[in-house]
Amino acid sequence: MQNVLAIWQREMKAYFVSPIAYVVLTLWLLLSGLFFYAILTNVIQSTMMQSQFGPGSQPVDVPGIVTRGFFGTMSVVLLFMIPMLTMGLFAEEKKRGTMELLLTTPVGHLHAMMGKFLASTTFLLIMLAGTWVTISALFKYGQPDWKPILGAYLGLLLYGEGLLAAGLFISTLTENQIVSGVITFGVSLVLWLIDSFSSGASGAAKDVLSYLSVIGHLDDFIKGVIDTTHVIFYLSFAFVGLFLTYRSLESMRWRS
Amino acid sequence: MIEVEHLTKAYNGRKAVDDISFRVEKGEILGFLGPNGAGKTTTMRILTCYMPATDGTARVAGFDVFENSLEVRKRIGYLPENPPLYPEMTVQSYLHFVAKIKGTPSAQRKTQVEDAMDRCSITDVRDRIIGKLSKGYKQRVGLAQSLLNNPEVLILDEPTIGLDPKQIFEVRSLIKNLAGTHTVILSTHILPEVSMTCNRVVIINDGRLIAIDTPQGLANQQKGAERIALLIEGPREAVRQKLASIPGVMSVQAEAGSDAQPAGFTVECKLNTDLRRDIANAVVTQGWGLLELRGVSMSLEDVFINLVTKEEV
Ligand SMILES: Nc1ncnc2c1ncn2[C@@H]1O[C@H](COP(=O)(O)OP(=O)(O)OP(=O)(O)O)[C@@H](O)[C@H]1O
Ligand SMILES: [Mg+2]
Repeated sequence: MQNVLAIWQREMKAYFVSPIAYVVLTLWLLLSGLFFYAILTNVIQSTMMQSQFGPGSQPVDVPGIVTRGFFGTMSVVLLFMIPMLTMGLFAEEKKRGTMELLLTTPVGHLHAMMGKFLASTTFLLIMLAGTWVTISALFKYGQPDWKPILGAYLGLLLYGEGLLAAGLFISTLTENQIVSGVITFGVSLVLWLIDSFSSGASGAAKDVLSYLSVIGHLDDFIKGVIDTTHVIFYLSFAFVGLFLTYRSLESMRWRS
Repeated sequence: MIEVEHLTKAYNGRKAVDDISFRVEKGEILGFLGPNGAGKTTTMRILTCYMPATDGTARVAGFDVFENSLEVRKRIGYLPENPPLYPEMTVQSYLHFVAKIKGTPSAQRKTQVEDAMDRCSITDVRDRIIGKLSKGYKQRVGLAQSLLNNPEVLILDEPTIGLDPKQIFEVRSLIKNLAGTHTVILSTHILPEVSMTCNRVVIINDGRLIAIDTPQGLANQQKGAERIALLIEGPREAVRQKLASIPGVMSVQAEAGSDAQPAGFTVECKLNTDLRRDIANAVVTQGWGLLELRGVSMSLEDVFINLVTKEEV
C-alpha cells in the first residue's frame, strides 16, 4: 500500500509539473463553460418559441434539458481528453529506463499499475469537480432535480475509469508517448463512432453495437437512473483494461 | 551470496549470455569485464530480476531470482546502465521517492538520503532538477539511489562512466569501503579499475565466461615469460648477440634505429627467473652504457586482449 501511495504521489506531482495537466484542465474548463452557455441559450430560445404558440403546451423543464445536453456533450469531450492523461504513464517510464527501477525494487508491476491508475483517476475527479463551477449556476437560478446530476457524475466517473484503464494498457505497449496517445485517441474515436453506427444498424448488429457503445451506457445515468447493467458494463470494461495492463507488464518478465 | 549456474539468455534465439556459472562470496567485490555486447548488462538484469533467464538459475542470498523475486529485490541495490532518473524531480525528492519504494521506514528515510547524498558528493545539488544536471552528476544520483536502504548486495553497471577523475577516485574508494559488509558486482571497461577495486574478475566475451580469477592470478596465469625492458648505448647487433647468449634468455628484440642513439631492447626470460643482475653485469663489463633496466609485468590489459583475441581465433 505504501508503494502504491508513493507511485500515486510521484505521478500526481509529475502531472502538475508538466504542461499537460494545465492544458487539459484549461481546455476542459473552457469547453465546459462554452458548451454550457451554448446549450443554455439554445434551450431558452426554443422554450420561448414554444410558449409563443400559446397556452396549452406543456411546461418545459429547462434545467433538466440543460443538464442532459451538457453532460452528454462533456462525455464526448472526455473521450478525447483521456488519451492525454494516460499516454505517458508507462511509455515514459519505459523510455527513461525507470521501469528498470520500479521492477527491481519491491514495487513490482501490480503496485506500479495501481498507483498510476489511482493518479489518473484522481485527475479525472479533479476535472469532474471543475464542471461543478458551471453546473452550480443552475442551482443559483432554479431548482434543478439533483438526481440526474448525481447520476451523471457517477456515470462519467465509471465511464472515465474504463477509458483510463484502456489508455493505461495502451501506454504499456510502446515507449513513445505520442504513439501511445495517438493509438488511444484512435480507439476513443472508434468507440465514439460505434455509438453512431448502432443507431443506423438493425437487428442483432444493433444490439451488439449498442451494447459495445461506451457512450450509450451513459444515457440512463444522465437521466438519473442508476441501472446495475450499466455499472457492471463500465466496471468490467475497467477490469479488462487493468487485466491487460497487468499481463502486458508481466509479459516483460516471462520466460521466453 | 550470489550463485549463478548455467545461466543462458537468448534474445530471439540469439544467445546474449551462454551457460555462465560463477559464485560470489559475502563481502566480495567481483568485477565484470568484457568487450561491448559481451552480455554484462544482460547478466546483471537477470540477477536483479528485471528479466528472466532463458535457462539456468541464479540465486541471491539463497533466493532464486525467478521463483522468489520479491525477497531478492528487497536485498539488492542496482545501478542500471542508464541511471533510472525522473528528470522533472529534484535530487532530494527523487531519493526520498526511491527510499520509500525500497521500503525504508519513514523514520530512517531522512538520514539514509542524507548519507547517500553525502557519499556520492551530491549534497550541493540536492534542490536542483535532475533533468538539468550534467551527465556525471546524473550518474552520481543514480549511484546514490542504489545505496539507499543499505542493501546487502550491490549490482553496479559501469558505475564510474562519465565521472571526472576526482569522482572516479572517490567512487572507487566508496566501492572499496563497501567490501566486507556488502557484496558487490560491478562491470567496467576500465581495466585498472578492476585491479584497483575488485577481489576477483570475471571476463566474458560473446556471452561466454572465459576466465575467472583474482586480478593478480589472471596476470600470472596469462604470463608466458618474464620480460625485461632495457635502454642501452652501444653497437646494436653486438648487444643483441651478447644478451641472447646469457643463459635463461629466450629471445631478444631490438628497437630499430642508428647505433649513435641509445636503443631499447626487450628481453624475454624463462618464467620465474630473475636475470636482471646477469644482464646488467654483461652490459657493463662490455663497456656499454646501461641507461635503463626494468622488469615489465603483464598488465590486465594485456591479459584481457590476450584472452579475448585468443577466444576469437
Ligand atoms: N532487449 C534486447 N533485445 C535484443 N537483443 C539484445 C537486447 N539487449 C541486449 N541485446 C543483445 O545482447 C548482447 C549483449 O548485450 P549487453 O547489453 O548485455 O552487453 P554488455 O556486455 O553490457 O555491453 P556494453 O559493454 O556495450 O554495455 C548484445 O549483442 C546485444 O545486442
Ligand atoms: Mg552494458
